[in-house]
Amino acid sequence: MTSSTNVSCFHGARRVAIFGGTHGNEMSGVTLVNLWIQNGKEIQRKGVETKPFITNPRAVEKCTRYVDTDLNRAFTTENLSAPSGDDLPYEVQRAQQINEIFGPKGSPEAYDVIFDLHNTTSNMGCTLILESSKDHFNLQMMHYIKKAIAPDSCPVLLTEHPLLKYSTSRSVAKHPIGLEVGPQPQGVLRSNIFESMRVVLKHALDFIELFNEGLEFPPCTVDVFRVSEKMDYPRDTNGNIIAMVHPNLQDCDWEPLNPGDPMFQTFDGTTIRYEGAGTVYPTFINEAAYYEKQQAFVTTRRETLAAGAIKKA
Amino acid sequence: MEGREVVLPTVSRVALCGGTHGNELSGVYLVRERLKRKVEEEEHISVVTVMSNPRAVQQCRRYTETDLNRCFTHATLSGPVTDKTPYEIVRSQELNTLLGPKGSPEAMDLVCDLHNTTANMGLCLIAYSDCDWISLHIYRYLQMSDIPVRFIHFDLPLNEAYSLDSVGKHGFAIEIGPQAHGVVRSNILSTMQEGVQQMLEWVRLFNSGTPFEGGKVDVYTMVKNVDYPRDFETRGITAAIHPQLQDRDFCLLRPNDPVFQTFSGETLKYTGTEPLYPFFINECAYYEKGIALSLWSNAASPSPHMALAHSRAVPDRQETRADTLLRPEGARWTGAR
Repeated sequence: MTSSTNVSCFHGARRVAIFGGTHGNEMSGVTLVNLWIQNGKEIQRKGVETKPFITNPRAVEKCTRYVDTDLNRAFTTENLSAPSGDDLPYEVQRAQQINEIFGPKGSPEAYDVIFDLHNTTSNMGCTLILESSKDHFNLQMMHYIKKAIAPDSCPVLLTEHPLLKYSTSRSVAKHPIGLEVGPQPQGVLRSNIFESMRVVLKHALDFIELFNEGLEFPPCTVDVFRVSEKMDYPRDTNGNIIAMVHPNLQDCDWEPLNPGDPMFQTFDGTTIRYEGAGTVYPTFINEAAYYEKQQAFVTTRRETLAAGAIKKA
Repeated sequence: MEGREVVLPTVSRVALCGGTHGNELSGVYLVRERLKRKVEEEEHISVVTVMSNPRAVQQCRRYTETDLNRCFTHATLSGPVTDKTPYEIVRSQELNTLLGPKGSPEAMDLVCDLHNTTANMGLCLIAYSDCDWISLHIYRYLQMSDIPVRFIHFDLPLNEAYSLDSVGKHGFAIEIGPQAHGVVRSNILSTMQEGVQQMLEWVRLFNSGTPFEGGKVDVYTMVKNVDYPRDFETRGITAAIHPQLQDRDFCLLRPNDPVFQTFSGETLKYTGTEPLYPFFINECAYYEKGIALSLWSNAASPSPHMALAHSRAVPDRQETRADTLLRPEGARWTGAR
């Protein structure tokens, strides 16, 4: 990457992958990727090799999130460098295979861009997930997508956090992008959710094509929600959940939660209120897969990130 | 049927079951809380609270080997058990011993089984018979302020009825949606708690001698299931429920109405000749059963006057409209939300 006259120059995005089925029961991505494996015309763009790929076929076959362990947490340095073998959990073996095909993670040979398609039971709409606040290429892409789908909104969740960031399948690429669309129950395919995801991907690929053709994208700002704190359900001494997401908070992803606002409701109807220092913006509210990860929702704080101008080198 | 009176013995033994499908969490949480609080004896009735499929609950899955709620036919209940028998079949026989035996005088008077669906079905009472007067009267008694309530039935003889609720002398499932599996929504749980409360209240009233007047009840009867269009070779689905049908459970589906949208954007229309009512539209668990939605007919079914056997109070033998059902004076009304 070189800088001249304040424009960051990137190599063209030549190798792009679209991952579906990282969680085998998140049906929009599974369906879209299978569709594109059969007929990839819709995702082809000039000068780009776009590879649709089912990351966790065994989980997809069983329509379950994972078989042994969550694939989307498996791309740690430890796992990727462990000696390979059949005794490893299925998803760790799979992570190593994916790292070989699309990585190695952190190396110049890694894929340029990976889109990882997910669904959530939370009311998050079409959320884009950004892993680094310094990824100007991704920031420019997200700015482009947000403009393209306006007035519909496309919140950006920034997962850059010393403790809460996790090692995703897409992290193998130089520019990883998560697409999280909800609400949709696991194992269910809703046509409106499916079409939303398809449209967002179309705009993302259009951006890549324009970039590869040499279009310069001027400096821009992107409003993001930076992940702050993980909030678990209240539990008893045996670890059993003793309260649910409060009706006032249920489905209110991205809306402000102020100190004193209702947060949980116990089974006998008592309200438990948010006692943080300031206003936060909760998301992943009542995601089915997170009960076992001790997360009822995650709080975020609003931030505006600046992206410099970018252009293909 | 109009004017006829039915007298029945007390409904003194009630079973309340949750977790028949381990990821349908309203029933799981309701049962768990009742077991924690050890609620058993209520006035005039004893209530047994049961977590039907503890293994599936622990894994938060519908089932571990086979669907428990298909294991209660006479054939399955009387089949041999070996160490290769699926867990849920072994469990169905255990539940039959605990709550049945099905078809015998020892069976529970009433079995109520708690379920959730991803379909937008509101609250449904589901029975295998439309002549179970107890179930019909409980349905008539239920009043919810912010969710529609309906009575649906699969027309099945007792020995072919496969669901857990068929083990009791009387029984039905309470099915509430929409709720994603593996999630507990507070409003849905509150609705289920309210429904269970009102059901037990009806039982208490009946057992204390309150008569209930008869009338007509709107009942939906199962006609047929409709599968997704599938790829001939892979059997993968090639279309999703059309956006104009999604979430429109109980809205009459007419010939030529949109039903599916293929992944290439084409609309597939309803080709039946008879308008029918769709529900279980896009129920997650039914993809593997080859059901995208099911179609039901609707008709008014009569329900007789009901009274407790040997009760002193006998109602006038007059037909009453269902929507002017008189609530006995002094009935304790907990109030819907």
